[in-house]
Amino acid sequence: MRFVDEYRDAEKARALSAKIASLCEPGRAYKFMEVCGGHTHTIYKHGLEDYLPETITLVHGPGCPVCVIPMGRVDDAIHIAERPGVVMTSFGDMMRVPGGRGSFFDSMAQGAEIRMVYSPLDALKVARQNPDKHVVFMAIGFETTAPSTAMTVLRAAAEEIGNFSIFCNHVTIIPAIKAILDSPDLRLDGFIGPGHVSTIIGCRPYEFIARDYGKPLVVAGFEPLDILQSIYMLLVQLAEGRSQIENQYARVVPWAGNLKALKAINEVMELRPYFEWRGLGFISHSALKVRERYAAFDAERIFEIPGSRVADPKACQCGEVLKGVLKPWECKVFGTACTPETPIGTCMVSSEGACAAYYNFGRFSRERVREATR
Amino acid sequence: MCLGIPGEIVEILPGHTDLAKVDVSGVRRAINVGLLENERLQPGDWILIHVGFALSKIDEEEARAALDFLEGIGQAYDDELAALRGSSIDRG
Repeated sequence: MRFVDEYRDAEKARALSAKIASLCEPGRAYKFMEVCGGHTHTIYKHGLEDYLPETITLVHGPGCPVCVIPMGRVDDAIHIAERPGVVMTSFGDMMRVPGGRGSFFDSMAQGAEIRMVYSPLDALKVARQNPDKHVVFMAIGFETTAPSTAMTVLRAAAEEIGNFSIFCNHVTIIPAIKAILDSPDLRLDGFIGPGHVSTIIGCRPYEFIARDYGKPLVVAGFEPLDILQSIYMLLVQLAEGRSQIENQYARVVPWAGNLKALKAINEVMELRPYFEWRGLGFISHSALKVRERYAAFDAERIFEIPGSRVADPKACQCGEVLKGVLKPWECKVFGTACTPETPIGTCMVSSEGACAAYYNFGRFSRERVREATR
Repeated sequence: MCLGIPGEIVEILPGHTDLAKVDVSGVRRAINVGLLENERLQPGDWILIHVGFALSKIDEEEARAALDFLEGIGQAYDDELAALRGSSIDRG
């Protein structure tokens, strides 16, 4: 097993694994959701399920920002990119995400000018260097990424840059978690909370999960031991009949978050009444748009946006995967019609996506191994 | 773009209070540190970086453990470093 051979703390992992097993009540099944795509990546890369008793199931959540972008927003972005004089800029992760009319890469092949950037500040630099073009930044991501976009808009405003705007697709994690808690499809015993999102929002916004739904959540780091430790902390809470928000990743995540970042988001953006998420449908107050006072930097106000609505391909079951109802390999097109090279659904595009994580690490889940050997 | 990556501050860029030159696995680029204005960052400090911005200050032990982990995850970290190499932020 890769984890045992390679991981420097294999001894500690085995010790945690034993403590986890000892806390599981006989005959009780546990389902924990890891909200963040980074955690999904670690779990499959390191085969963490092999360290858990079979009664613990890890369910993947909606925390991959690329995966939750609906196809219609990709089409709208391509519509903007195709306007004369426009340069679209985007993180590399978005380039292969399919819309109803293809991806950014497809659109580039047909002549649109789309450039990959590392940071929204690089997009702003493209605007400075190309005063005769209008440069749009395809802004995606949860609260981890939204402050960077907001700070960039503030910078553009301070410099009075007139040829830069953002196509804002930022989403917020709390309404998505609430939608999952309200979904009748899934019964969860607790959450492994996202790490980097929490560096910004802190731990308080999760308190309703414990208070109103009676479920524990532990904010977790990204290393294998962090995740095992968080599962252990969840089980301790359940064994003691508690449901609280705890912070396993306190070495990075302050309880109150990053106030400067929250202020920057709040200055530039406000909540939308609703937003469509791939797989989860429309969720109230779950995404951000640019405030009126920064209208000059809002691509949705500068360009006519078709407001495309595109149903996901029939064969694609990303929705069920994002809600944690299906395991990636249970999707009908997983690994056959849908691969990282030719993705049908978003979960196969990003390395944080649950399907890509399964596919890339060639790791069959234990359920499947059981099925195959039955 | 989803990764947070640790970097060590090499210098606070003169004339740009929000920009620092940061070393990430040998790649040196300017990073915006404006979200950490209360941390009094100095050369030798470690920060967690996401899309060109420092999200939090971390200690060296955490940084080294995170780097070990990231260097072990392969493609996703290589892609992130390749993207960082293409970055040329020169103003906050």
